[in-house]
Amino acid sequence: MSKGKFGIHGGQFVPETLMNALNELEEAYNHYKNDPEFLEELDFLYREYAGRPSLLYYAEKMTKDLGGAKIYLKREDLNHTGSHKINNVLGQILLAKKMGKKRVIAETGAGQHGVATATAAAYMGMECDVYMGKVDTDRQALNVYRMKLLGARVHPVTTGTQTLKDAVNEALREWTSRVEDTHYVLGSVMGPHPFPTIVRDFQSVIGKEVRSQIMEKEGRLPDVVMACVGGGSNAMGLFYDFIKDESVRLIGCEAAGLGVDNPKNAATIANGTLGIFHGMKSYFCQDKYGQIAPVYSISAGLDYPGIGPEHAQLHDSGRAEYVPVTDKEAVDAFEYLSKTEGIIPAIESAHAVAHAMKIAPKMGKDKIVVINLSGRGDKDVAAIARYRGEDIHD
Amino acid sequence: MTKIKEAFKNGKAFIPFITAGDPNLETTEKLILAMDKSGADIIEIGIPFSDPVAEGVVIQQADTRALESGTTTDKIFDMVKRISPKCGCPLVFMTYINPIYVYGADKFMENCKESGIRGVIVPDVPFEEKQELKPYCDKYGVELISLIAPTSHERIKMIAKEAQGFLYCVSSMGVTGVRSEITTNIGEMIEAVKSVSDIPCAVGFGISTPEQAKDMAKYADGVIVGSAIVKLVAKYGENSEKAVSDYVKSMKEAIK
Repeated sequence: MSKGKFGIHGGQFVPETLMNALNELEEAYNHYKNDPEFLEELDFLYREYAGRPSLLYYAEKMTKDLGGAKIYLKREDLNHTGSHKINNVLGQILLAKKMGKKRVIAETGAGQHGVATATAAAYMGMECDVYMGKVDTDRQALNVYRMKLLGARVHPVTTGTQTLKDAVNEALREWTSRVEDTHYVLGSVMGPHPFPTIVRDFQSVIGKEVRSQIMEKEGRLPDVVMACVGGGSNAMGLFYDFIKDESVRLIGCEAAGLGVDNPKNAATIANGTLGIFHGMKSYFCQDKYGQIAPVYSISAGLDYPGIGPEHAQLHDSGRAEYVPVTDKEAVDAFEYLSKTEGIIPAIESAHAVAHAMKIAPKMGKDKIVVINLSGRGDKDVAAIARYRGEDIHD
Repeated sequence: MTKIKEAFKNGKAFIPFITAGDPNLETTEKLILAMDKSGADIIEIGIPFSDPVAEGVVIQQADTRALESGTTTDKIFDMVKRISPKCGCPLVFMTYINPIYVYGADKFMENCKESGIRGVIVPDVPFEEKQELKPYCDKYGVELISLIAPTSHERIKMIAKEAQGFLYCVSSMGVTGVRSEITTNIGEMIEAVKSVSDIPCAVGFGISTPEQAKDMAKYADGVIVGSAIVKLVAKYGENSEKAVSDYVKSMKEAIK
């Protein structure tokens, strides 16, 4: 029987070699997710190590400038390691430790998940290997060095498009060759069951905090919550607690690269079709023979040809909307938020900021929009300078 | 008895693999006929995939070469249709779920039947997900070949009970590719299979030399070799017929 379904999406499409590891992980997770001691330890790590809860910041200048809905930023960029990735990583590494694993492996695109994994592995005293596309090790060189500083080994992946999807391929291959003592810390709400559920649950702290923070500040739920979507973990973490609240619009912002009509994009919902890849049934950018497309985005973290299965279901049911945002719009938003609020967002998160800039002015002043600022932008500064034609040496 | 099971009646079976379209489909066509003549008992034809997660670097590169030469699923079906009447041994496909699913599993299996493909091996469809393909395989009489791995343990019997054609026993952890040593207790794996089913067992992953093949054939009903042959194709390209024929002959001789 197929497990881990979200509507028709999800499942466990992996080689037989990994099936017992996935079953073992599911069993351990089902046990520990209700274990008070585990939850207390995780809560301690969230508070004392990651710096949670993250702030819900009223972006007053941006709100006034855009002249419409009130805009709040959920400051996941202020977490330890600089993004939301730490939420999932701490949960999974604590779980791996309980399962007796000695080593963790991870894929990474922009390097944020790799850095978070290397950090938590250092803290927990575990061995760590990170797989990263060669193209990404070049455009995110700072994060590569950061991971090395933290004691991880970084393996540049030179197959395929040498980006995030190839890093996932290589991490999956590595896991099949050494599964007994190794846990694969998958970084997004994707892959085979139980990963989409586990990652969502660990990231759902974002939405839960937003709920209580906005109730405290505004006494009511927001009208829109929005986030960027690659695999979709920060968006899922924000959305999950609001799915049952029909009045709250959920908006995911996909990377449209040079535009949805240009082959150089990564907008899976806009351009993808149903497929089965990386362990899951979902939407993928691919050709009519099921060959996965070489996608593109300025953002290494959104440069992925698929989307998590629960997002695919939220799209099918119409509960969430998914919109494309181009490189140019994201870079403009990156600069806008830096100048307006003094906050440099990750180029990934800037995709959500860009869409907010489109919709907020058309909304009434009594409306509330929450943008998940999933990460900070220090890592992107050199790439944005390059995009603007400025030659800086970092 | 199906054509695939019959293939195990001629001593231990030798099952070579090549990637369709590497370096082009004309060469693949010649190689399939040559391997058939050289003693292959079943031939596995790989449909190239952009992201073959179960493959080591040798077959990954073959997939890339094949896709770059313009190979598509439709062109592979056309080629198989031409050669299957000339082939004595049964032909099976090895590919990933996405090329089948996106093509349409119904249409894919129908084309398998029409072109003379007897079975399919899909490494990223484990037991729990086989309903994705099984109904269409059954509809067109294409056998869905299951895999067991060194980590399968208690899952072996469950898989073996419902297995069709032959059971693909993965010899080692990790991906496809040549290995100097195989440390898994293959005998034990196959014993577990035979306690619940008389399905033929063929061992694959990591086997390249006649000595290894002979050793595996002590326990198994057949031996599968992929990367070692694909390496020859990578080396000799369009002129690999003789090297591949000689290799297949030596391997069949070793396990007879």
